[in-house]
Amino acid sequence: MAPADRAAVLALWRKLGTNVGIYTTEALERTFVAFPSSKTYFLHLNLSPGSAQVAAHGQKVADALSLAVNHLDDLPGTLSYLRELHTHKLRVDPVFFKLLCHCLLVTLARHYPGDFSPNMHASLVKFLNHVISALAPSSG
Amino acid sequence: MSILLTHPCPSPTPGGGPLPLTNSLILLGEGRTLGQEMRNKRPHSEEAAQTCFWPIRITSKLPDTMVHFTTEEKAAVASLWAKVNVEVVGGESLARLLIVCPWTQRFFDSFGNLYSESAIMGNPKVKVYGRKVLNSFGNAIKHMDDLKGTFADLSELHCDKLHVDPENFRLLGNMILIVLATHFSKEFTPQMQAAWQKLTNAVANALTHKYH
Repeated sequence: MAPADRAAVLALWRKLGTNVGIYTTEALERTFVAFPSSKTYFLHLNLSPGSAQVAAHGQKVADALSLAVNHLDDLPGTLSYLRELHTHKLRVDPVFFKLLCHCLLVTLARHYPGDFSPNMHASLVKFLNHVISALAPSSG
Repeated sequence: MSILLTHPCPSPTPGGGPLPLTNSLILLGEGRTLGQEMRNKRPHSEEAAQTCFWPIRITSKLPDTMVHFTTEEKAAVASLWAKVNVEVVGGESLARLLIVCPWTQRFFDSFGNLYSESAIMGNPKVKVYGRKVLNSFGNAIKHMDDLKGTFADLSELHCDKLHVDPENFRLLGNMILIVLATHFSKEFTPQMQAAWQKLTNAVANALTHKYH
């Protein structure tokens, strides 16, 4: 990632502070509502709005993204255990990650409209695309 | 598009017996009947030619609907649309597409300065075109039960003249959603997002419908 993109994502993450989990949880809830087939990976959880189980998973996603933000030089290495888990054990369709990332962008745009300039948006998209590449095999 | 119906009723021919397909009066639309089509394209076997259909004349075209919007979804979309400033949201959505997905700039070579975020956001041609695109969404909202028909001409234009890869329609749809989220954070609940997501996906599909 280019220095300007890294700096932008790091600055935003500092601003989000300890609230990252709140936004990733909202992103998960939005994914379930807008793309109902995505619930297939979470049928073992209570998926009703405000569910503590979804919040717990949202926090796991937040922790992984925060780890990624602080290891931008080696995302594949840093996320290799998650790649193994999501690809081989959970067998998640990579499309799901794109849907979740889109809903995360919508969530952040909603909560931080003043910070969500087009350049910030572009930097976040690059960051999330790198995360998805490290997490999931590319199709074809 | 017309739809062929078959009816499991006894044959109307005197003394019973099957009604040959080649005599069918089932209307296919545009003045053609199934019988004419079968006479033009002779079946390979007599057996096929003797397939019985009770002729049912379809006198009206059925709407070509692949997506069904519930009453709640239509109401949600309409309520937010009433608050949208088409010039602002349209211009910003297109600008974001050009900035976040820079390959899309190739479709707008004649727009002049697209070299920076501020140049794109301030470009008057981007604003005008963005407003045009969002006005077509306004048209979609008025015709949510027949998006394919509504966008047929635009679909041909984007395929035959503009050569736009259909994936870009989906990307622009997502940009519109993000811009709506920045402008209407309170109203943009998960249910509101889902309704608009369905609309933008359906418009993207309708725009792709005439591609070949």
